[in-house]
Amino acid sequence: MSTDVTDKSPAAAPPGKGGGSASGGGLLQLVLDGLRRNMRQYGMLIALGLLVILFQVWTGGDLLLPRNVSNLVLQNSYILILAIGMMLVIIAGHIDLSVGSLTAFVGGFAAVLTVQHDVAWPVALVLCLIVGAVAGAAQGFLIAYFGIPSFIVTLAGMLIFRGLTEIFLEGQTLGPFPDGMQKMGNGFLPEAGPHTNYHNLTLLLGFAVLAFVVLQEVRDRKRQQEFSLEVVPRNLFLLKLVAIAAAVLTVTMLLASYRGAPIILIILGALVVGYGYIMRNAVFGRHIYAIGGNLPAAKLSGVKDKKVTFLVFLNMGVLAALAGLVVAARLNAASPKAGLSFELEAIASSFIGGASMSGGVGTVLGAIIGGLVLGVLNNGMNLLSVGTDWQQVIKGAALLIAVGFDVWNKRKSGS
Amino acid sequence: MAGPVLEMRSIVKTFPGVKALSDVTLTVRQGEVHAICGENGAGKSTLMKVLSGVHPHGSYEGDILFEGEVVQFKDIRASEQRGIVIIHQELALSPYLSLAENIFLGNEHAKGGFIDWRETLRHATELLRRVGLDDHPETRVTDIGVGKQQLVEIAKALSKKVKLLILDEPTAALNDEDSGKLLDLILELKKQGITSIIISHKLNEIRKVADSVTIIRDGHSIETLDVKSAETTEDRIISGMVGRDLDHRFPERTPHEAEKGAAPALEIRDWTVHHPIDQQRKVVDDVSIQVRRGEIVGIAGLMGAGRTELAMSVFGRSYGRHAGGTVLKDGKEIRTKTVAEAIGHGIAYVTEDRKHYGLNLIDTINRNISLTALAKVAKRGVVDEQEERQVSEGYRKSMNIKAPTVFEPVGKLSGGNQQKVVLSKWIFAGPDVLILDEPTRGIDVGAKFEIYTVIDQLAAQGKAVVFISSELPELLGMCDRIYTMAAGRLTGEFPRAEATQEVLMRQMTKDKEVTR
Repeated sequence: MSTDVTDKSPAAAPPGKGGGSASGGGLLQLVLDGLRRNMRQYGMLIALGLLVILFQVWTGGDLLLPRNVSNLVLQNSYILILAIGMMLVIIAGHIDLSVGSLTAFVGGFAAVLTVQHDVAWPVALVLCLIVGAVAGAAQGFLIAYFGIPSFIVTLAGMLIFRGLTEIFLEGQTLGPFPDGMQKMGNGFLPEAGPHTNYHNLTLLLGFAVLAFVVLQEVRDRKRQQEFSLEVVPRNLFLLKLVAIAAAVLTVTMLLASYRGAPIILIILGALVVGYGYIMRNAVFGRHIYAIGGNLPAAKLSGVKDKKVTFLVFLNMGVLAALAGLVVAARLNAASPKAGLSFELEAIASSFIGGASMSGGVGTVLGAIIGGLVLGVLNNGMNLLSVGTDWQQVIKGAALLIAVGFDVWNKRKSGS
Repeated sequence: MAGPVLEMRSIVKTFPGVKALSDVTLTVRQGEVHAICGENGAGKSTLMKVLSGVHPHGSYEGDILFEGEVVQFKDIRASEQRGIVIIHQELALSPYLSLAENIFLGNEHAKGGFIDWRETLRHATELLRRVGLDDHPETRVTDIGVGKQQLVEIAKALSKKVKLLILDEPTAALNDEDSGKLLDLILELKKQGITSIIISHKLNEIRKVADSVTIIRDGHSIETLDVKSAETTEDRIISGMVGRDLDHRFPERTPHEAEKGAAPALEIRDWTVHHPIDQQRKVVDDVSIQVRRGEIVGIAGLMGAGRTELAMSVFGRSYGRHAGGTVLKDGKEIRTKTVAEAIGHGIAYVTEDRKHYGLNLIDTINRNISLTALAKVAKRGVVDEQEERQVSEGYRKSMNIKAPTVFEPVGKLSGGNQQKVVLSKWIFAGPDVLILDEPTRGIDVGAKFEIYTVIDQLAAQGKAVVFISSELPELLGMCDRIYTMAAGRLTGEFPRAEATQEVLMRQMTKDKEVTR
């Protein structure tokens, strides 16, 4: 295999091809080139788009009703939160099977605090996140510093946290939660301003996001020119901006014409932007890719692999706790059976979204796209009244197709 | 000698977008040892894959004649049935199975689906003897050395009634002693009527065992030379490989005048390292070396001499168990217990195994170069991507890394270009001392020269360079001073003027018997 690659490379990589060669090729050519290079990412984005269109047609337009879009976000938020953390874990070359149990455990803990002991909900919230961090840190310690494989540690964690939840809750379902906490799972941005047919704050937020994204893109492009680096040609850049604007505005209008943006969507948005930035631009994020891609090389490059691994699991614990709070708030009760098989959905989301079993590959956005593919499948099939039996079959097939496509695509390009 | 046993006529093999073989013709006579040589990426391995059916019939153009008839192999099994067996560069033995089990893997002596152990062991013993091994056939592969493993591979080939044996760089991972044994075995098999094709970089090997040599360059077969003829000198073969005469294999270099006053940039005192598993064994035994700014100091030694182990142990205790010794930088003692500390003190270690220890193959050139010194392009833990890209673009141009952009995954580059990325990465880290471990291993002659030039420039900038290599001409061409190591010990130190290949080799083999 490796000799193959070496044999081919001299011709595949022509020497010193500099300068702005891109402008001659035509816009379509450029778009196609870009698509081919980022097949995995765009492939899933396109698949998600097709899936939305398909279900939109099959459900006679029900899928994209404002009310349903709102629901879709609320239903999938906790899987998406978990998928972000799971993506980091998988990029680092590990796996975490304990997150489903940990969400249940934290939900239970929150219920015990607020319902049984009347602890103020913001305090409970912070305590819950700390519990998640401690649980993640404990597992991370065993994995990173003690050297037990993550599969084993988190499999044990899965059993332990599930058991502890049942002990804690004595097998009972506990609820309801204080109002403030319920808002986190079910709430929307408050109404404000003059009466229009739309939700004002949501519109405002949408425009703000759009402005921010466009500004960021323009700034990036300027900086690249400053450093006299190659930039995407102008027309392609404009096309990209238009596509971004269309997507942001569509979602904004859909949400604004129902009850506005769900609070959880805002939390989720912040997480995606934050973690996306960390993985791409922070030294910490780069080190995660480095240890997942080639651990010995990363060590010899001075990367503190143990510390990075430890932090990745600590982070997963915090996100699992957040997901646990959201689930509990949304159901308005903590149940010992909450979060069942969430870990598998989060793992599936990551792999659909482009992660690799051997680590080193994947993006936060990919995890979100993967999670949305599963979410749209779930929601669409629910609208069509497909039974859960067949839903599982179809979701399994989706995972196989996504990863199968990836493998096929890689083999074709010979890498 | 007899007529041809194998003829490959006008072979063309294309991969998507790349023509790996454009027109290769190869004729191998019955009973000879035929060498194939060429630069990396010339198409040698691809040619052998076509021959052995790894690339099946239909995926290439041209004809293959074996024993006078046209053959069309659909897979590697089909070629093995005809008696063509290929032994790859990376050994394909299962480490936890016994020698006997490995020899007959996929080809077991069995009755009704159950293994006939008596026959297996008898036959394995016989085959092991034939290749000169007296190990028990029930020994696990992992318990014998690399050299012996190579011989087991040959025993395995013999079990398949091999007529044409193909060896792809068989001595690349072996020390001189094991290499010698292997080459003798090839000559022995030749007497028994087995024809061999040997792919090799090492010209002295070719001279020793081969009857003829075919040179391949850029997917074309250039010429076939009779090795026994007096005109076929090493330089003659090299000029065939590179298509130009090789007058200047090393950059011109003015020898360094060591300033006697200043303390050495790096000094290692009485360094001892034990084997990570076998704690009784000293892999590095009381070694002291020093290197000054602007100086290139070589460490010569055969495989197992402890050179890499010394370097890795000093560099953040990355190998074995440290059992004594100190490191001094500019005359002051420093701690190098972790890689981060070593880097912090301005030490860089460029590994001999770039694929496993040097690069993240699935990541881009850009991110590989910046990894060790991310802080240099980051503010408060956040990487400035534009600055990072500018830095790596700079190295792509100055180091002449052949890739369209810095966003190419390094796994797709050739060996020479990968090595340039590793070097860029460590130069960007801005070290005072560079330890280069076999920096030109497995890369072609043209890229070697470029790397030598870079090393020379580094020294000229006042960096201290430790140059570890097995290739003596390279050390003699580049270094101001050369240490020799054998069996974990320092056995000699020579200024450039006093060193010759013979002198160095004597020291490199010196203490072996004594320490055992």
